[in-house]
Amino acid sequence: MKTDRRGFLKIGGLGILGFAARPLVDVLLRGDLVEASPAPDTLAGKRWAMAVNVSKCKEGCRDCIVACHSVHNVPDLGNPKDEVKWIWTESYKKIFPEQEQEFDARGGKPVVVLCNHCDNPPCVRVCPTKATFKRSDGIVMMDYHRCIGCRFCMAACPYGSRSLNWRDPRPFIKKINPEFPTRTRGVVEKCDFCVERLAKGLIPACVEACKEKALVFGNLKESGAEIREILRANHTIRRRPWLGTGPQIYYIV
Amino acid sequence: MLEKALIGSKKYYGLVTLLLIIIGAGFYFYLRQLSYGLGITGMSRDVSWGLYITQFTFLVGVAASAVMVVLPYYLHNYKIFGKITILGEFLAVASVAMCLTFIIADLGQPARAFNVLLYPTPTSILFWDMVVLNGYLLLNIVIGWTVLASERKSVPPPAWVKPLIYLSIPWAVSIHTVTAFIYAGIPGRGFWLTAIMAPRFLASAFASGPALLILMCFIVRRFTRFDPGKEAIQSLAKIVAYAVAVSVFFVLLEIFTVFYSQIPEHMHHFEYLFFGMEGHEKLVPWIWTSAILAILSLILLINPVTRRKEGILAMTCVAVFASLWIEKGLGLVITGFIPSPLGRVFEYSPTGPEVIITLGIWAMGFLILTILYKIAVTVKEEIST
Repeated sequence: MKTDRRGFLKIGGLGILGFAARPLVDVLLRGDLVEASPAPDTLAGKRWAMAVNVSKCKEGCRDCIVACHSVHNVPDLGNPKDEVKWIWTESYKKIFPEQEQEFDARGGKPVVVLCNHCDNPPCVRVCPTKATFKRSDGIVMMDYHRCIGCRFCMAACPYGSRSLNWRDPRPFIKKINPEFPTRTRGVVEKCDFCVERLAKGLIPACVEACKEKALVFGNLKESGAEIREILRANHTIRRRPWLGTGPQIYYIV
Repeated sequence: MLEKALIGSKKYYGLVTLLLIIIGAGFYFYLRQLSYGLGITGMSRDVSWGLYITQFTFLVGVAASAVMVVLPYYLHNYKIFGKITILGEFLAVASVAMCLTFIIADLGQPARAFNVLLYPTPTSILFWDMVVLNGYLLLNIVIGWTVLASERKSVPPPAWVKPLIYLSIPWAVSIHTVTAFIYAGIPGRGFWLTAIMAPRFLASAFASGPALLILMCFIVRRFTRFDPGKEAIQSLAKIVAYAVAVSVFFVLLEIFTVFYSQIPEHMHHFEYLFFGMEGHEKLVPWIWTSAILAILSLILLINPVTRRKEGILAMTCVAVFASLWIEKGLGLVITGFIPSPLGRVFEYSPTGPEVIITLGIWAMGFLILTILYKIAVTVKEEIST
């Protein structure tokens, strides 16, 4: 068979196209991804959630924020533009604008906010690389090694829970906790419900740090859980539930 | 045919050199961005997309230059566009190349860009945007190049290219629609959560793409011996007139719905854009400039006397392009983030390095365009002599 330059280039080009088409074919032919099988007693039958008792929360106290940010090596960049935060406070009327009325004394009260670990998280839906994903116990997690930093998730999150590392965060961490990874520039991060502590049987750092017991964390699928009792007995509200995201941070206001 | 890009006049070499210098400057600052991180730009935790994504969004629209000449020529046998289909297609190639480069420039971890292929995620609109944009780029390169090569040899184009041309027409619709879906599918941003987003993208694209194409036709006619034809330019002008009219109409529909319904989550963004909020009003002069330019160009395009005067038409096309660059480039993307989901008004303005990187990518697009047009025009000149 005689191959001229033209023919060779044609075949070569087709070959390269074939490689490019493969991932698309893969994804269209493949059924559901194989779920990682959970070890007994770790993931199965769990749905983590948190209740925030706003009235118990002491104004000016930052214990939960300090605990979380130091455990997770969250940098303090000192300006609102580059800011990275996992848990912080916002005024009541800003996070529940639909509840606002002129005479409500709680209007200016700071309320703790963090990732809502949604049942139906928009951030997971929009991520083009599955770098952010939902575990079967409900925790919405980040893979810092896969994230390409496109920030689609930041646009999609209706709660403003996500931060990008606009620059190298490491010089801005006061004291590095060697137990938890630091991040690199150009990746998105957020609260992970202390998944690394849960694996050791510990409760999240913010909950542990709260002396007022304003934060209650637990498994919604466990029949006797304290959080189940709180959600049963109290009127609770969630942030923007009408968006269909199914937020799992419940506020008693 | 590529060799035609290597031989040219002094002016041609001058233009190429100038563009290369701007690209070099952009590339230098891009290297700085790579080592420092995206913090070198004006983007922030609240306004997490800026100039790069706005340019990408706008340029997807400019790529519509191709379909607006291809459709009348191939589907309606509108012969007058025969001469300029290649100009439309190559303009689309340059636009889409810029789009893709802007996305790469916007990534926090560009070295990982291929994760989008390694872990394809069909639920992500960004995945589909990658598919349709690359597809449209490939279609226009293949179609444009093949048809031009046949033209050069004075033979009809090969039969296999016809189905690709027909495919490129709905494909053009898909790039605007999918890009609009990036915004329109997000639950928590009232500014973008509107089903009219895709039609708006199409209308403004059908205006900005052909408007730039008209300007390119004028430039080609001025500096080369190839004449795209007065009638072709006038037909394009009519397309721009209709598209601007529809585009303005769609924006007015949005304004009615948000200001009459008064739903805060939707209305606040428009308030910020048109009137400013809590003393922050960086976008206000821009958007009113855009509005005035749109109305002005509409008057000049609808009136046949002004539309037929080529000097005025050229100015009008600049106005259309500028108006839509502001409306879709700045207004549509940035306003979606202000106020933030937490009710904070945190403004955005690009930094120097960010602007130079942006200019560098535009220069890259225009370099691609210059080279492709040089080839196309040289071939056309050869045929006519």
